[in-house]
Amino acid sequence: MNMNENYKQFAERHAPKSPIVKDCLMAFWVGGLICVIGQAFSDFYKSRGASEETVKMLVPVTLIFLAALFTGLGVFDRIAKHAGAGTLVPITGFANSVVAPAIDNKAEGWVLGLGAKIFIIAGPVILYGTLASVIYGLIYYIVGLF
Amino acid sequence: MDTLITYLSVFAVGGVFCVFAQILIDKTKMTPARILVGYVVAGVFLTAVKVYEPIVKFAKAGATVPLTGFGYSLARGVEKAVDEKGLIGVLTGGLTATAAGITAAIVLAFLTAIFFKSKPK
Repeated sequence: MNMNENYKQFAERHAPKSPIVKDCLMAFWVGGLICVIGQAFSDFYKSRGASEETVKMLVPVTLIFLAALFTGLGVFDRIAKHAGAGTLVPITGFANSVVAPAIDNKAEGWVLGLGAKIFIIAGPVILYGTLASVIYGLIYYIVGLF
Repeated sequence: MDTLITYLSVFAVGGVFCVFAQILIDKTKMTPARILVGYVVAGVFLTAVKVYEPIVKFAKAGATVPLTGFGYSLARGVEKAVDEKGLIGVLTGGLTATAAGITAAIVLAFLTAIFFKSKPK
């Protein structure tokens, strides 16, 4: 399987071919529900005495764990097919974009198969996110000098 | 009652972030990868111009769970690091703040690939 096929599969999973109103309603309630689940974990960790900083990291980690598990079980794909952006936009979509190629490309080897392909979507996300943060950091630093 | 209102805000705002992406996918045929990249960069930008923080205050996980929230963490991380460490914080802040998420994703991807087989599509 080459990179393009890989990518096409990822694209198809998240692009259901049905009317836009129905797509948006599905995306709305599934996406909203994932955020509510995140909030519930956040409140739960806080009630157990975790600090604000820890909670901020634990919540995404928990959602990433669940998304990885559901991807492994094959459940994520089935939900994503109907939910479209509802599963893509939350951190679960990022997790799925790392986990799915890991599973699909394991057979191609540990280094250039699994090792390289896990970054097929996450790579650009991390690159441009980090780049944006560095540009902002520089501006923030320079503004702070005056 | 307060809890209910909070959860409704989380649901509504989180949902709206997804609807916006869904419209982009359906109307512009923008690829999911570009949506994810766009959302993260938008999150950094909106945090930089002080628009995102109020949304986070209001909608909590409704704003931090969508990928724009990842951008928000990057931007807040770099601010904090520059405040504490000066210029070197420009290089360390972003990834430090998001390290837990990125590490969890790649480690769990590896473990998932070991325990699960590729499903026939």
